[in-house]
Amino acid sequence: MDSDKNTAVISVIGKDRVGIIAGVATLLSENNINIKDISQTILDGIFTMIMMVDLQEHDIEKSDIIEKLNALGDELGVSITIQHTDLFNRMHRI
Amino acid sequence: MITDFEILETMKMFNEQHLDIRTITMGISLMDCAASSVDECCNRIYDKIVRYAHDLVATGEAISRKYGVPIIHKRISVTPIAIVAAACNTSDYTPFAKTLDRAAKECGVNFVGGFSALVQKGYTNSDMKLINSIPEALASTDFVCSSINLASTRTGINMDAVGDMGRIIKKTAELTADRDALGCAKLVVFANAPEDNPFMAGAFLGPGEPECVINVGISGPGVVKHALESVKGADLGTVAETIKKAAFKITRVGELVAREASERLHVPFGIIDLSLAPTPAVGDSVARLLEEFGLEECGTWGTTAALAMLNDAVKKGGIMASSYVGGLSGAFIPVSEDEGMIAAAASGGLKLEKLEAMTCVCSVGLDMIAIPGDTTAETISGIIADEMALGTFNNKTTAVRLIPVPGKGVGDKVEFGGLLGYAPIMAVNKASCADFIHRGGRIPAPIHSMRN
Repeated sequence: MDSDKNTAVISVIGKDRVGIIAGVATLLSENNINIKDISQTILDGIFTMIMMVDLQEHDIEKSDIIEKLNALGDELGVSITIQHTDLFNRMHRI
Repeated sequence: MITDFEILETMKMFNEQHLDIRTITMGISLMDCAASSVDECCNRIYDKIVRYAHDLVATGEAISRKYGVPIIHKRISVTPIAIVAAACNTSDYTPFAKTLDRAAKECGVNFVGGFSALVQKGYTNSDMKLINSIPEALASTDFVCSSINLASTRTGINMDAVGDMGRIIKKTAELTADRDALGCAKLVVFANAPEDNPFMAGAFLGPGEPECVINVGISGPGVVKHALESVKGADLGTVAETIKKAAFKITRVGELVAREASERLHVPFGIIDLSLAPTPAVGDSVARLLEEFGLEECGTWGTTAALAMLNDAVKKGGIMASSYVGGLSGAFIPVSEDEGMIAAAASGGLKLEKLEAMTCVCSVGLDMIAIPGDTTAETISGIIADEMALGTFNNKTTAVRLIPVPGKGVGDKVEFGGLLGYAPIMAVNKASCADFIHRGGRIPAPIHSMRN
């Protein structure tokens, strides 16, 4: 992750079911957001997926991507958040 | 590459452990608003605050969206009004408080600090007028906070002002009696007040500060408690190391937000204040964090030692994370705003005297403590004098925010609502200190003030 790039972390946490990855991936592709990396595990029985995405021209705060992801999360019964990667770089790297 | 573990750790801090940016506080100098006409001075104050801070709330919300970081408050601190209003032909400073209130509402912030005076060595005429206006000013406004610096290590303690503030606190309680003396929750007295503190009620923009500045206060007792849960039974060196690491991470978030806010608002970045500031929410308590050290209940023997170590380790972790750590930075120990403190006070295990001992090593002082309404002004001044002495003679910031609740006594409860929380009324030693307070004068600065 390069801090000067417009990248974000999308995390999906909740009860496992059919179609979570497909749902999120479809929404992202419809919004022209490129997935760079995906990892997915079942942690303590909870479905956990972390995606690195390239936002390209998207501006998280100005676009409605947060609302769209929240709505999809409600539909799938999972919690979805999107956060700019600078946050994680700042917090975990000197 | 950031690992999944690190990403999940960060998310848990925000979602489960109540990590938040407590406040982005914009400091605005009002030095150039002075005028001899009250109306003219008030107009200049209002226009300047609104001009500088109209984008503050929107900017805070945009940053919050970008990083998924909760930013709870956006606030404003201003030059002490006793300085700004000194040239005005009036003895009533309430109009200035009302102007600050109006400007705060226009900007959408939820507190404005700076109805203040710095009287550690003595009063100017203006300081006196401001102090006498405090009860009415706090009773007739919603968002204005008032703070008075009564003492410093350099100057000693202004005991005349300590005596006066006992009466002012009582009067403020009376004028807001219908709201359980809420006015007193917006009034704090200090020794060694920091000029860049972003936290209320004590925020003001000191005379040595720039024209406009962004200071950020960050909190997260839940994060530190959670980190300590992972080292149960380990020796205290390990505990200190664990606290430092957690403090480092949360300070970095604060710095990221502060720098971004500063850039977007075109205002210089001042300081990060990393203070473990509790809220009444379960899981956001400094008392529970202290109990995690191995104490059955906050206030028992060992509490002061644990708090000393916590306060120090938080500062050390914070210092590593940002070159500009300032304000109060450490652990706050308010009673009404902390679920664990409330429980310990209600059970009778945590007493005022123990809280006073704890203030020797916490970052501020006796904070948000409800006391019986029949406590005399002199006794309140006596409590303030002791706390000022702790700050002055130990070279630290101390403060007092007491709420003498009219008509209520020990065994009663008082509810302020929201982040101010609720509190059981705590017992106060009733033996008189009136003759001591009535002496007045100034307690000389301690010998170690001579550092030139």
